[in-house]
Amino acid sequence: MELLKRREAWNINYNHALGETASWFYVQIRDHAKIYGRRCGATGRVLVPPRAFSDQTLEPTTEWVEVGPGGKIETFTIVYEPFQGLPDPPYAFGYVLLDGADTAIGGFFKGVDLTDPAAAAKLLKMGTRVTTRFAEKRIGDVLDFWFEPDAK
Amino acid sequence: MKNPRVGIIGIGQSAFKPRRDDASYPDLVREAVVKAMAGPELEFDDIDAIVYSLSPDAMVGIGNAERLGVDAVGGRNKRFLRINTGGATGISSVAAAYYHIASGASDCVMTAGADKVGECGDSQTVLNKIWDPIYERPLPLGTITMLAMSAVRYMEKYGMTQEDMAHVVVKNRYHASLNANAHLRKTTTVEEVMNSRMISWPIKLMDCCPQSSGGGAMVLASEKYIKDRKLDAVWITGLGHCSESYYIGDRMGNGFTADHADAFALKGAFERAYRMANITDPQKQVHVAELYAPFSNTEFHAIEAAGLAGLGESISQLKDGRFTLGGEIPVNTSGGTLCTNAIAVTAMIRVAEVALQVWGRAGEHQVKGARVGIANGNGGDHQFFGTMVVES
Repeated sequence: MELLKRREAWNINYNHALGETASWFYVQIRDHAKIYGRRCGATGRVLVPPRAFSDQTLEPTTEWVEVGPGGKIETFTIVYEPFQGLPDPPYAFGYVLLDGADTAIGGFFKGVDLTDPAAAAKLLKMGTRVTTRFAEKRIGDVLDFWFEPDAK
Repeated sequence: MKNPRVGIIGIGQSAFKPRRDDASYPDLVREAVVKAMAGPELEFDDIDAIVYSLSPDAMVGIGNAERLGVDAVGGRNKRFLRINTGGATGISSVAAAYYHIASGASDCVMTAGADKVGECGDSQTVLNKIWDPIYERPLPLGTITMLAMSAVRYMEKYGMTQEDMAHVVVKNRYHASLNANAHLRKTTTVEEVMNSRMISWPIKLMDCCPQSSGGGAMVLASEKYIKDRKLDAVWITGLGHCSESYYIGDRMGNGFTADHADAFALKGAFERAYRMANITDPQKQVHVAELYAPFSNTEFHAIEAAGLAGLGESISQLKDGRFTLGGEIPVNTSGGTLCTNAIAVTAMIRVAEVALQVWGRAGEHQVKGARVGIANGNGGDHQFFGTMVVES
């Protein structure tokens, strides 16, 4: 028998409030091209991205600490497949432990030729030193910065 | 404390497929419900409570689809609870059904659900929305990329290669070829997997689970109910849950408690279930396992978290056939999540499949003489882990 379908798209707009901690963090990125973490008063660990309380001690964080711009790659992936609503491939992104931080922050990797997956994966190997780069026009968002491997 | 015994008396599952254009969403739920009730010859009035298994609404494109499914499960006048712990939803639902009975609140409980992942067009678009809108959403995170990043760390830590990952696919596809309900049933070779296109380094197309449509249902009952009615049952002798903190970036760097390479909280969840079931040496006491692994690489850390191999040791053991049907501890004898993934019920099917195994009803993929089976489900970006021990 003939089986029918009905097409539908969900398109909902949200205005997410960032709250005090993330707002301060993004204002520093937007106005000064600097990345800050929050220190856990109990253990001294510096959480990046910054949070109002520690994931481990569950105590409020106590001070802002500038981190980076250097760091090392903790993990990565390189995407070669298009997904609806996500960027056009190929692109590389992952997590970086910025100098002075204890947790890793996510961001795109740029400045690497992604044509050959195996060759690109070598350039982004865990432990590779990177430097944070900032966009000239910044709006206060994760996409205001990205990471580039340091020249060897 | 002596645990009250809770038995599984009915199991229903669809033959999973890429699409089910012949069935609406509630039709698909009902398909599994009818199958689960047929075995013990139950009427809807026999069931006291419903635990509805439904992961993110956007996957089926119906907000709070448990409303639409309420009649398919015969929910009118009954206790009703919807469970959602992402990929762990199905096993969390079985656990909630268990708790209804163990608490004494109910005697006979059904858990059921269905998914039509193929209808959402692109599950990764839906799954990208599970990330924090403030720090992570602008990144193209999805479950594939999140677990590709686990693979990168696992490779660095234990030396896993892409060929090792391909061996998982070959094993599970072979198992699925013996399971009429599996979605991807064609056997394959390491070479074929290696030649499939790169999706998210190091995960290639054939390292990924499919987007499946189908339903699942299980009926659980108290020992008294089962004995009074002289029903046939297998028993849930242990169950556990364990959670991980939120940020992926906290599972790396300095002083982390869990490495994103491994499935740390899954280990904790298994330890809880084993303690309850008096399993002290899983490598000797477990006969069959259904471990939630939607991408080939994740089967290794799941096997290790279940205590079936030491850290990093599952790689060579899998290649040697230890986890293949006919091997010492067959893992994912149904083909597993890698060959079938109808997300809302995937982790329920893990429990259902080990139940069928210890019942001796698994058909062509039966593990001979299996009496003790384990199952698990993982949800979120490695947040919520559920485990279960099922015995004959």
